[in-house]
Amino acid sequence: MSNASSQSAEEARFQARIDAEDKIEPKDWMPEAYRRTLIRQISQHAHSEYVGMLPEGNWLTRAPTLRRKAALMAKIQDEAGHGLYLYSAAETLGASRDEMYRDLLSGKAKYSSIFNYPTLTWADIGAIGWLVDGAAITNQVPLCRCSFGPYARAMVRVCKEESFHQRQGFQIMLSLAHGEPEQKAMAQDALNRWWWPSIAMFGPPDGESKHSAQSMAWKIKRHSNDELRQRFVDMTVPQADFLGLRIPDDDLKFNADTGHYETGPIDWDDFWAVVNGEGQCNTDRLAARQKAHDEGAWVRDAATAYAAKRAARKAAERIAAE
Amino acid sequence: MSQHETEWPLWEVFIRARGGLDHRHCGSLRAPDAEMALMNARDAYTRRGEGHSIWVVKASDIVASNPDDKGSFYDPADDKVYRHPSFYQLPDEVDHM
Repeated sequence: MSNASSQSAEEARFQARIDAEDKIEPKDWMPEAYRRTLIRQISQHAHSEYVGMLPEGNWLTRAPTLRRKAALMAKIQDEAGHGLYLYSAAETLGASRDEMYRDLLSGKAKYSSIFNYPTLTWADIGAIGWLVDGAAITNQVPLCRCSFGPYARAMVRVCKEESFHQRQGFQIMLSLAHGEPEQKAMAQDALNRWWWPSIAMFGPPDGESKHSAQSMAWKIKRHSNDELRQRFVDMTVPQADFLGLRIPDDDLKFNADTGHYETGPIDWDDFWAVVNGEGQCNTDRLAARQKAHDEGAWVRDAATAYAAKRAARKAAERIAAE
Repeated sequence: MSQHETEWPLWEVFIRARGGLDHRHCGSLRAPDAEMALMNARDAYTRRGEGHSIWVVKASDIVASNPDDKGSFYDPADDKVYRHPSFYQLPDEVDHM
């Protein structure tokens, strides 16, 4: 919490509302830094949903069965929907949709660096659903109680829909893990590549997370990065055991005293390299989004022209009737 | 970059989950006109049968009270305790009221 003497009366009232678990709504008074923090976080979250469609889209035409293809298509549609809910929530704070989008395409805005890893085999679709969506759910469930109303409400919808995503992924892993030796090896390979990026998704360790303390005081965040990471590891290790797959961490062990699993050290240099643009797919992802934006321009223009034509026709009918 | 410099209007979306319930605000979206807003609302907010009826309302047409007036706007109701059933004391012998 910030120093009481440096707070204005308005800031003190605002903090008191937060402390009382009151929700903040778009037209309420809020400190500029609260607004800025939320716009940054919500738009990054929206961009992540939006870019997150790309690694999965890579396997859409090569899904092994029609049922799996339909399920993957539904999941990708959900990601687009989640992006929309989140862009809308950011707009309630005065952010411009076009501007957020421009910032994504120019590389100014960030999105979750997990999407800068490639999806090399069909098993990656399983690993993404199981691990990446699993990590996202762990992050998002507490956000349903975030102090900013529109963000919290968007998260309730997102979480409801995400649980199908995770089960869909786990089922793919289950089929592969119980399949031919080659299929099991494919599942293991996917787990090997996605495990570390997934647990890094929770962000830097608590001591090095620069926005954490203020976000906790504002109840934008409810748990620290390390707490959420621990929760995810504790849930996921037994699931890997059930699959008969090995978590690629020689130091991983269960601490019977604490009741928690302990992992080996996370390679933060790799994490930061990917965040800063050196991942395998950073360039591809933005190029794909830019291409979709450019090639979709005629659709947007046609919709605008159609709306204008219909409005003009309606106006003419009204005049004729008078 | 897209040709249109001005963004499409913002529409607020209200959905009736099933007969007998109120339409409830569930979010917003952008669309060039009402018909397209309705179609987009169907795609964005009812992918799992969440609604049987959708309203879309241009956000700019909504007239909202000002949250800063919280006190004075609502205080006429503050001193009218006789509007609540608990204001009226009944004799113990009287039931079902």
